[in-house]
Amino acid sequence: MISRKFLVSAAAGVVSLAVLGPTTALADSVIAGLITKTNTNPFFVKMREGALEKAKQLGVELRTYAGKYDGDNEAQVEAIESLIAAGAKGILITPSDSAAIVPTIEKARAAGILVIALDTKLEPANAADATFATDNFKAGELIGQWAAGKLGAKAKDARIAMLDLNAKEVSVDVARDQGFLTGFGIDVKDPKDIGDEDDPRIVGNDATDGAEEGGRRAMENLLQRDPNVNVVYTINEPAAAGAYEALKAFGKQDGVLIVSIDGGCPGVKNVRDGIIGATSMQFPLLMASLGIEAVAEYAKTGKKPAPTPGLDFYNTGVELVTDEPVDGIPSISSAEGLKKCWG
Amino acid sequence: MTSETTRGPQEFEKVLADSATEVAQFELEDNNLLRRLHHFLHANPTAVPVIVLIISILMFGAIANNFFTAFNMTLIIQQVTIIGILGVAQTLIILTAGIDLSVAAVMMLSAVLMGNLAVNMGVPTVLAIPFGVLVGAACGGANGLLVTRFRLPPFIVTLGTWKIFFALNLYFSGGQSIRSQDIDQAAPALKLFGDSFQLLGAQFTTGSLLMLLLFPLFYYILNWTPWGRHVYAVGDDIDAARLSGIRTRRVLLSVYALAGALCALAGWVSIGRVGSVSPQSFFEGNLDAITAVVIGGTSLFGGRGSIFGTLVGALIVGVFRSGLNLSGVDVLWQQFAVGALIILAVAIDQWIRKVSS
Amino acid sequence: MTDMQPVMSARGLVKRYGRVTAMDQADFEIYPGEVLAVIGDNGAGKSTLVKSLCGAVVPDHGVIELDGKPIHFTSPMQARDAGIETVYQNLALSPALSIADNMFLGREIYAPGILGRVFKKLDKKAMHKQARERLVELGLLTIQNIGQLVETLSGGQRQGVAVARAAAFAKKFVIMDEPTAALGVKESRRVLDLIKDVRARGLPIVLISHNMPHVFEVADRIHIHRLGRRAAVIDPEKYSMSDAVAIMTGAMEPPAELCPPKVTAH
Repeated sequence: MISRKFLVSAAAGVVSLAVLGPTTALADSVIAGLITKTNTNPFFVKMREGALEKAKQLGVELRTYAGKYDGDNEAQVEAIESLIAAGAKGILITPSDSAAIVPTIEKARAAGILVIALDTKLEPANAADATFATDNFKAGELIGQWAAGKLGAKAKDARIAMLDLNAKEVSVDVARDQGFLTGFGIDVKDPKDIGDEDDPRIVGNDATDGAEEGGRRAMENLLQRDPNVNVVYTINEPAAAGAYEALKAFGKQDGVLIVSIDGGCPGVKNVRDGIIGATSMQFPLLMASLGIEAVAEYAKTGKKPAPTPGLDFYNTGVELVTDEPVDGIPSISSAEGLKKCWG
Repeated sequence: MTSETTRGPQEFEKVLADSATEVAQFELEDNNLLRRLHHFLHANPTAVPVIVLIISILMFGAIANNFFTAFNMTLIIQQVTIIGILGVAQTLIILTAGIDLSVAAVMMLSAVLMGNLAVNMGVPTVLAIPFGVLVGAACGGANGLLVTRFRLPPFIVTLGTWKIFFALNLYFSGGQSIRSQDIDQAAPALKLFGDSFQLLGAQFTTGSLLMLLLFPLFYYILNWTPWGRHVYAVGDDIDAARLSGIRTRRVLLSVYALAGALCALAGWVSIGRVGSVSPQSFFEGNLDAITAVVIGGTSLFGGRGSIFGTLVGALIVGVFRSGLNLSGVDVLWQQFAVGALIILAVAIDQWIRKVSS
Repeated sequence: MTDMQPVMSARGLVKRYGRVTAMDQADFEIYPGEVLAVIGDNGAGKSTLVKSLCGAVVPDHGVIELDGKPIHFTSPMQARDAGIETVYQNLALSPALSIADNMFLGREIYAPGILGRVFKKLDKKAMHKQARERLVELGLLTIQNIGQLVETLSGGQRQGVAVARAAAFAKKFVIMDEPTAALGVKESRRVLDLIKDVRARGLPIVLISHNMPHVFEVADRIHIHRLGRRAAVIDPEKYSMSDAVAIMTGAMEPPAELCPPKVTAH
């Protein structure tokens, strides 16, 4: 007859082996996770590239996940849970829903994982250990300053069309819009609100959904309001391309300045071809590789990354790309831009 | 055998001799204005959208600057061109009591294929474009097969195929647009429907002209050919249609395949309208197409509705968007207005469908 | 009396659905110029029998002959093409389509010439005219509203349209499945008169009905179906309604001889 005591100790032995076994295996390499909104948007493709490269360099085991569409929160929740179970040390995430993902993020942080938000802040921002992102306000400011500088004396009589993202007024949209206006020299009133300005130079705002078709329609509508638009701010380069088509159809493409933000390669090509006057380039690759570095550092020393002084996130930089530089505003040419662009 | 047989009218039926003798009366017994209106709308379901369109044009003409100009009117037609063509496809399907959530995805998949073949892979445009249309028809045919052969509800089928086609779109395009300049160089015929021309002092594009011509064409097909009548019959009562000798499966399959080809055509036209091949554009095109159909008075229950209603529905949405924008109103009110219009349209359709008898 | 050939006859029909035998050596004849009522209790198999005649059901065994020649329908359309029309219980009318549309559904008339051949254009005028004629023939139309939607008609009016359609296109005979089941007194009366009118125009009618008074009023012969086979064919002038019900339910032994066809003018 087998004694109860023997059975219990045998069971305890099996259980401890099961628990300790994998743990000892984990001690070998640091596991990090990259969770993007989708894996089809070239922005995130570039991010993934940058992360994989850096991870290889530093000997970090990188696992990548993505949602099926922009806004797919569930897929990101599952990804975080898998990473917690796998014993990851750090998670880089571009949140599809900045508020809804927070509870799951807190679970990860409670498990001792470093969580860095990439490109988009969480809500609240301090739900993540750090945020690595483009300073979207600065990105807008640069092109605003450039446009004002380009017009020179005529800037005080400019007719400005504002092509925004959509009615939701998400942080990216607001930051870029208000940044541009500030850079141009226009009083933005409430910096958290799009469209509350009363400067007579603004012809109006319209939504583009960040794509060519919306860009075209929005530009047409604003041209209807005032055919003498000579400055067009666009939320991103696809919208700018659509706006250009509308201007071309109206025969007005030559006298109008189009500015944009993103730094995707098609957009930089449009700068080269004179369609976009200037664009602010973002660096998704840098965001991701700096993120991996931070995770490796945290795994080694437990040190968490610090934000850029003066900001509550780490600024991964923005550069103005234009072939018509304006004095006092640093910029790179489109040729150089093509070497650094993404997509 | 006892003779309880009665070979004539029953005893209780004798009293019928004194009652009214007409059974098959087809008279109109309504003097009530509401009843008369109800009958009129029943016979002319497109009347309501047309009235709404006229009122909204007049209203925005009064409150918004630059709205009521020939230029802006033709601009609106250009702005609704793509949704108008998708709307024709959607109308056909909704008439069969189905619905298609994948129309915009089929459109963009076809456009992406046409564009990538012609611009990036050097395939001659004269081959790339028909190939795109074939792909569109095949996608539509796939929807049709799933609905007819596997008896799956169209809503569910196209909800699934929407995602699948969209995924294929992103796969073939890499999420990247094909730039306008590259298209001009490699395959300018792709932008054929973007060419504009002057007519009576207003500017039209060949694309918007095509869209406008599709409506009388399909009006003819739906009302003056047997196939068109069968489409209505299948949507109205599929069992009655089958018992009347209509090959309902074939009709449904042909409707879905034709719709797919129309979506591909819309894709070709969209390249001219948007200027580039843009995989992310028209993401909500399917819902916009359904909106146009519903506001135009076509019933989601099938068998009822005029194709011209869809044109009017698309124009109403275009008018509201343009008018609200020119009035300086915040963008979110455009969404609100469209939502309100949809509910209004469906409510009126339900009221009309209540047969007073 | 000369030996008349039945318009359609069936011998030894068998149909099984799994372990259920719907038809067990069923026989059937319908003769020219007659109204043959088919009655039977629920589950007797009479609808399976009738469906075999109009091609909606394919029997496992047995022979069906039309005008003396064996035929094998695999779909209702084949039966229809052979000249057998059916007025279904749910009428098979499309409510959102007009009377004229419904009349010619599946058998539309094309416009003459190129318009019809190449562009498939419908000849609506001809269809409206013919539809009106058919309805007038059967005394159904008083106002000229052929374009009216079927859903605006009452039950009896719709029945009239369905019967007119069948009568217009039938060449051999018409099957009517429970034509008065959903109708009130006045409308049933009208439909019964319709049946007599159709017979008067030379078309035999197979009438399925549960309504004994109606059956006994219009039928020339009554085919009683029981347990998947023909139990009897009786003459309504010689038997009573209670007799018929008794044979139907098995309470009474059916007569050995079948009622012969009647060659009489009505």
